[in-house]
Amino acid sequence: MTDFDLKAENVHLWRGDHHVLRGVRFQVAGGECLQLTGANGAGKTTLLRTACGLAYPERGEITWCGLNIREDLHAFHAQLAYLGHEPPLKAELTVRENLHYWVGVRRRLRREELDRALERVGAGEWADRPVRTLSAGQKRRAALAGLTVMHTPLWLLDEPTTHLDAEGRKLVGTLIDEHLQAGGIAVAAVHQELALSGGGQAVRRLELALAGVDA
Amino acid sequence: MAWTWFHRFASPPHVYRVAGRLTPWLAWPAAALIVAGLIGGLVLAPPDYQQGDGYRILYVHAPSAWMSLMVYTTMAVAAGIGLIWRMKVAHAVAASCAPIGASFTLAALVTGSLWGAPMWGTYWQWDPRLTSELILLFLYLGYMGLRSAFDDVQRADRVSAVLAVVGIVNVPIIHYSVIWWNSLHQAPSVMRLGEPTMPPSMLVPLLMMLLGFTLLFGALLMVRVRGEVLSRERTASWIREALRP
Amino acid sequence: MSESGAMRTALNSAFDGAGAPGNPAVPALSAARLVLARDLKLAFRKRSQLIQPLAFFAIVTTLFPLGVSPELPVLRPMAPGVVWAAALLSSLLALELLFREDAQDGTLEQYAVSGCSLTWLLAAKTAAHWLLTGLPLAVMAPLAGIALGAPGAAMPGIVASVAVGTVALSLIGSIGAALTVSIRRSGALLSLLTLPLDIPVLIFGARATELAIGGQAYRAPLELLGALAVLGLTLAPLAATAAVRINLE
Repeated sequence: MTDFDLKAENVHLWRGDHHVLRGVRFQVAGGECLQLTGANGAGKTTLLRTACGLAYPERGEITWCGLNIREDLHAFHAQLAYLGHEPPLKAELTVRENLHYWVGVRRRLRREELDRALERVGAGEWADRPVRTLSAGQKRRAALAGLTVMHTPLWLLDEPTTHLDAEGRKLVGTLIDEHLQAGGIAVAAVHQELALSGGGQAVRRLELALAGVDA
Repeated sequence: MAWTWFHRFASPPHVYRVAGRLTPWLAWPAAALIVAGLIGGLVLAPPDYQQGDGYRILYVHAPSAWMSLMVYTTMAVAAGIGLIWRMKVAHAVAASCAPIGASFTLAALVTGSLWGAPMWGTYWQWDPRLTSELILLFLYLGYMGLRSAFDDVQRADRVSAVLAVVGIVNVPIIHYSVIWWNSLHQAPSVMRLGEPTMPPSMLVPLLMMLLGFTLLFGALLMVRVRGEVLSRERTASWIREALRP
Repeated sequence: MSESGAMRTALNSAFDGAGAPGNPAVPALSAARLVLARDLKLAFRKRSQLIQPLAFFAIVTTLFPLGVSPELPVLRPMAPGVVWAAALLSSLLALELLFREDAQDGTLEQYAVSGCSLTWLLAAKTAAHWLLTGLPLAVMAPLAGIALGAPGAAMPGIVASVAVGTVALSLIGSIGAALTVSIRRSGALLSLLTLPLDIPVLIFGARATELAIGGQAYRAPLELLGALAVLGLTLAPLAATAAVRINLE
């Protein structure tokens, strides 16, 4: 197992007067999954975006493989895949085209790879339809297909199971399992427990409390 | 050693105290210089050999125009410092500069219009300096408009800082292109005096006004920065101590 | 080994997403070309939107004869100014959409975490904006000129000046679009921010067009226009990148 390691050290972040992240700390190693829980507004999305390097903490740091991500943000980004609340798909393009442009900016995607990934998420029939004709669940599955062909060790997922039925949620669990088995790391903000088979030792949990205004 | 000074300077309570102490040291000399300059310029200086007494508004117009540019530069530098080193106080300074600079620009436009009115017969001409000042006013209004469009003060600071830096790069380009444009059409400009060189009796009051306006900007800036710092730090604990009478 | 080199080599073969150490999997230029291709494809899927800036240009040009006078000798001196004012406003119209849609559906964010240079990607989007707005305007501008009394011989000069000028306009506009990308209903603010910065382009462009209409040599202002475009090309994408990153924070 390679030495992938994501660490957050005493991260503080303010949005205006709101002290959203108050000394958050966590550590996840290769093969492990971190589940972030907490009420709406507790800062799960903010923490994920901070871990991505999109948001800038006032105090504390995020390190990847022992190095502060700010030292070489581009190299860090090349090793992560981030999935936000909404799947990043253009409504006018087909699923296949979307994935081609989305993933193509990062790595050369071969047609067979893409086909396989689409089959995997059950997108075989609707892969060539424009995204605006798809349901929310189908869009989410399309985004997951993209995730699997990114080939990055770190996955940062914001509520990956939204809009998915029971079968879809199982699919998410399976995909993350495979990712962890290959030595990758997954950090996911969730409202309900992910359907992972890995067992207790591979899953860490972090609960974020609702922030208030600084007294 | 230099770093500790830099970081202390970045601390809001420190800036609040220093700004308060500096204000009278800037305000009183400013008042003295402006009064002296006005007496010197409006009363004591000789009339211009071409324009007679009508030129005297120069003593308000020229310092206003000069300050409008200097304040924009200060604003852009403060914004740049805030952007690069993430200093909150620098952003507070930039925010404080904008309304002061816009006021100087407006003053320059009004005095310029009044200066030209007797000669032109109208209150406006597309003189290169007036046109540049007008564009500068738009730049200030754009900056203030951009700031107010964001609810999150931090984002407002940083986005408008990018605009200020872009603006300062553009100001010389705009200025020279306006001069070039105006020279193509040979429109007369009255904002020049008849004298080949300025005698000391004219120059000294002008310099006094310039210096006085600069100190006035300093004083106004200190007052506004204190207000900005208070409003930004309103939930911080040091406020209660600082506001104790 | 450099620190970032150490970061890059912490990979195992299943995760080739980052490519070989020190070497991005997709070079910036290829990624930029991909983004350009995507934007052009998207624009052609929404063909009705493509025509809007051009229709706007035609309408604005028409306002002047209606508002001033139908006589060509009266319109001819105004022609450069009218053509350029209309071009400026039309270019502005398409700017709001430059980054906004991508910001709303999350694709802009994905570009920011792609490991690829965001500057190149935003420059590619700006290039798409020019190809879809500026270039068609450059083709339409001589027609507007003729409608306002310009001689046919002025056509190459008008095309050249508007083509080069709109490059600068797209680049300057990308800064304003990036600054306001997270603001709702930013149309008026975008204009207030962009138009003062566009004034040098207007001055040199209108002068070049005026000389072309008068049958004189227009190389000097055209070169100045080119210099502005080159300056914009080097600086504008950097400013736009900073603005986008701040808006994504």
